Amino acid sequence: MPIVHDTHLQDKLASCIEHPNGCLLAVENLSFSYPDGHAALHNVSLHIEAGEKVALVGPNGAGKSTLMLHLNGIFLGDGQIQIAGMQMDKASLPLIRAKVGMVFQNPDDQLFSPTVFEDVAFGPLHMGLPEAEVHARVERALEQVGMQIYAQRLSHHLSMGEKKRIAIATVLAMNPEILVLDEPSAGLDPRARRSLIELLRQMPMTMLASTHDMRLVQELLPRTVIMDQGHIVADGPTDELLTDQALLEAHGLEQP
Amino acid sequence: MLPTLPLLRPDALHIPDGFLNLTVAIIFWILTVIFIGVAVRKTRGQFGERQIPLMGVMAAFIFAAQMINFPVAGGTSGHLLGGALAAIVLGPWAGMLVMTTVVGVQALIFQDGGLVVMGANIFNMGLLTALIGYGLYRGVQGRSRKARLTIAGVAAWLSVVAGALLTAFQLWLSGTSALRVVFPAMLGVHVIIGVGEALITVAALAFIWQTRPDLLTEEEPKGGRGWIFGGVLISLAVVLISPLASAFPDGLERVAMNVGFIGTGLDAPFEILPDYTLPFLGETGMSTILAGIVGMVVVAGLALGVMWLLRRPAQAES
Amino acid sequence: MHINTFDHYQTRNSLIHRLDPRVKVVVTVLLILSNVILPDGAWLAFALTWGMLLFCSLFARISPRFLITRSFVALPFAFAAVTAIFTIPGQAVFEFNISSWHLTASDAGLIRFFSILIRGWISVQMAILLTASTPFPDLVHALRHLRIPDIIVATISFMYRYLFVLSDETVRLLRAREARSASLTGKRKRGGSIRWRARVAGSMAGQLFLRSYERSERIYNAMLARGYRGTLMTLNPHEMQPKDWALGVIALVMLVIIQIVGRNYSG
Ligand SMILES: Nc1ncnc2c1ncn2[C@@H]1O[C@H](COP(=O)(O)OP(=O)(O)OP(=O)(O)O)[C@@H](O)[C@H]1O
Ligand SMILES: [Mg+2]
Repeated sequence: MPIVHDTHLQDKLASCIEHPNGCLLAVENLSFSYPDGHAALHNVSLHIEAGEKVALVGPNGAGKSTLMLHLNGIFLGDGQIQIAGMQMDKASLPLIRAKVGMVFQNPDDQLFSPTVFEDVAFGPLHMGLPEAEVHARVERALEQVGMQIYAQRLSHHLSMGEKKRIAIATVLAMNPEILVLDEPSAGLDPRARRSLIELLRQMPMTMLASTHDMRLVQELLPRTVIMDQGHIVADGPTDELLTDQALLEAHGLEQP
Repeated sequence: MLPTLPLLRPDALHIPDGFLNLTVAIIFWILTVIFIGVAVRKTRGQFGERQIPLMGVMAAFIFAAQMINFPVAGGTSGHLLGGALAAIVLGPWAGMLVMTTVVGVQALIFQDGGLVVMGANIFNMGLLTALIGYGLYRGVQGRSRKARLTIAGVAAWLSVVAGALLTAFQLWLSGTSALRVVFPAMLGVHVIIGVGEALITVAALAFIWQTRPDLLTEEEPKGGRGWIFGGVLISLAVVLISPLASAFPDGLERVAMNVGFIGTGLDAPFEILPDYTLPFLGETGMSTILAGIVGMVVVAGLALGVMWLLRRPAQAES
Repeated sequence: MHINTFDHYQTRNSLIHRLDPRVKVVVTVLLILSNVILPDGAWLAFALTWGMLLFCSLFARISPRFLITRSFVALPFAFAAVTAIFTIPGQAVFEFNISSWHLTASDAGLIRFFSILIRGWISVQMAILLTASTPFPDLVHALRHLRIPDIIVATISFMYRYLFVLSDETVRLLRAREARSASLTGKRKRGGSIRWRARVAGSMAGQLFLRSYERSERIYNAMLARGYRGTLMTLNPHEMQPKDWALGVIALVMLVIIQIVGRNYSG
C-alpha cells in the first residue's frame, strides 16, 4: 500500500528520534492479530507530540479501535509503545492508564456503575487516591463537562448525549495527559454533536480521536492520520489531506 | 406498560412472603447460604479479573432472556427460567451465583418473590435448577453435540419440574396448601412449562455452538465429576417421587406426619378430613397420568444413560 | 420505549427517603418476619402492622394507593392457599358440591386462608415501600454494609446497570420477530410449528447471550482502562446517624408491641 504524504511522517519520526521524550505518544512498528488469527494491525508507527490534536480516520474495520486499545495496554501487540517517556510494560501499566484517558465508542460499555457519581469515581478510586481527593476530582470532572447536577442520577436514565459527556468525565477525573476518543460523535443528534464539539474544543490536553465525522475532523483536529486494512496510509495536516480527493476516495472517505 | 410484563414471572415459582412458615423459610435459607458460600469460594478466579463484569452482565442476560417467550397454544406461552442454561454455559457454581442474583434482584426491585422466603426461592429456581442442569449435562461432556443437546434439554425440563415440585413441598410443609392438590397441580403445569424451557435451552445452546463453539467445547470441564452423581441422584429422586406423590398423596402425608416432619412449623397440625375427596385428582388425574408416563420415560432414559456412562467411564475425561 | 418504567423508586424528600438504607432493609425484613410469625387470626396485630406501614408511606409521601395497586403482584399466588379452607379441620362453615366433589369449608381453614393472604399482602407492601423510598444503588450499598459477599454485591450492581440495557435489547429483538412473523398471518398458522417457534425464541436467547458475553468483555476493557486490577474498590457513602439508630429502635419497639398484641388477641 502506497504511503502518501510520507515526508511529513519522516519528519515526525526524525523529531521523535532526536528527542525520544519529546513525543507524548510513540508507537513503533506495532502489529497485532486477534486470537482468531485475523491480522488487524501491520507495522503501525505513530507519533504524537504534547498538545497535538489528531484525527484517526479510515473505513470500517480499518483497525482504528484496535490501535486505540493498544494505547493503554488493553491489547499487547508486537512492537513498541511509549507514553510520556514510559515504555509500556506490566510495571508501567497503571501509570500509563492514568495518562491515557480512553473514551470508548459505546457509553453503555463505559458507564458500568449504577450512578453517575460512582462511575466518575471509579478511575480515581482505582488509582488509589484518598477519599477526599476522589470526591474533589469527581466534582471537577463533572463540572468540566457541565454535568455537576447529574452526580446522583442513574446511568441508564441518561440520554445518549449526556452519556457521552459523562463518559468523558470518567476519564477526565483521572487527569489524563492524552484523551483517546473512539467515535465520539457517533449516535448523537445534531445538537448534542454540536455541544460535544464545543466541549472537546475546550479540552486543553492532547487528543486522538477516531471518527467517521469529517466535519468534526475539519473543525477540531488539525492533524489527520488515515488507516486502512491495518496500515497507516497517510499522515499530515488535515487541510491538506481533506482536499486530496483521490486519497480520500481510495480509502472510502468523503470530503466534509 | 410493556406487554411482556406478566411474563417476567416464570409461572408461580416466585413464592411471596407469608406463604411459607418460618421453619421452612429458615431451613432453605440455611441450605442456600451454604451453597452460596461454597459457590463464592469456588468461583473465585474462575474467570480471572473478568469475573465481576461477566457475572453481572450474565445475570442481566438471564433476567432479559426470561422475557423471551413463544406462543404455545391457547394463550399460554413457553419461556425460560434459565437455571440450567446458566449452569451449562458458565459452570455450576457461577451459574448458581448468577441465578441467586437474578432471584434476589427480582425480589428487591420487582417484588417478584418475597424477602424472608428468598432462601427458598433461590434454592428452587437457582440452585436446584443449576445442579440438575449441570449435573446431567456434565455426564455427557465430551460426547457428541447431539448427545449433549439432548441431555441439556432433558436436564432443563427436569430442572423446572424439580423446582416446581420443591415449591409444592414447601407450600405443603408450611401448611399453606394441601399436598394432594398443590402437588399434582404444580406438576401438571410445569411438566408442560418445562417443555418450553427445554426447547429454548436447546435452541440457545445450538446457536451458541454454531457461533462461538469455543464457549462450550473447552478442554477442561467447568465442574468435577461429582456433579454427575448429584445431578443424577436428584433427578432420580424427582422422577420417582412425582408419580408416587401424585398417586398417593395421603400416604406421603401420613409418612411425613409419622416421622414428625410436617407439623413442626405448623401452628395447628392438620389432618386429612376423612370425607374430603377429590376423585379426579387420584390415580386417574390427567396430570398424574401424564407425569407418570413422562416420569417413566425419563427414568428409563436416565437408567440407560447411567449405564452407558458406566460402560465407558474414563473417555469423557481424557 | 424504555424499560426503566419497571423501576419503582419515587423521588421525594422525606425522612424515610433519607434514612440509612441499612436501617430500612433491616426493619423491612424484621417487619415481614414479624408478619410471618404472627399466629393465624391475629387480626388486631395485622391491622396494627398495616397501620404502621401506612403511617410510614404517608411519611415518605408515597401514596398508599400506589402500594396497594402494586401489591397485587402477589395475588395470583393466593390460589396456592385456597386448599387450606377445605383441608384444615374445624367447624364446618359451609359446604357445596362442584360436579362430583364435595367441599367443606371449616372455620379454622378460613382463618388460615385469610391470615396467609393478609400476611402476604402486607409483606409485599412493605417490600414495595422499601423499593419506592430507596434508590437501588443505596440498597446495593446497604447490602455491602450488611456483609453480603462482595462478589454478590458487585454482581447485583452490574446486573442492575445492564438489566435495562439488555431488556431494551430483548424488546427490540422481540419486536423484530413480531414484524417478521406478521407477514405470515393469514397464510398459515402464525409463526409456524411450536418447534419452529421455540427454535426462534431459543436463537434469540442464544444471540442475546453472545451479545451479552461480548459486552462483558468490552466492559472489562473499559474497567481496565480506568485502572481496575481485579479488586473492586468502593466508597461507602453512608454513615449511621443518631436518627437512624433512633428510628430503627422505634421500629423494633413497635414490632415487639405488635407481637405481644398478636399473641394475646388472636381470634
Ligand atoms: N474481537 C475480535 N476478534 C476478531 N477480529 C476482530 C475483533 N475485533 C475486531 N476485529 C477485526 O479487526 C479489524 C479491525 O477492527 P477495528 O474494530 O479496529 O476497526 P475500526 O477501524 O475501529 O472500524 P469501525 O470504524 O467500524 O469502528 C476488523 O476487520 C475486525 O473485523
Ligand atoms: Mg471502531
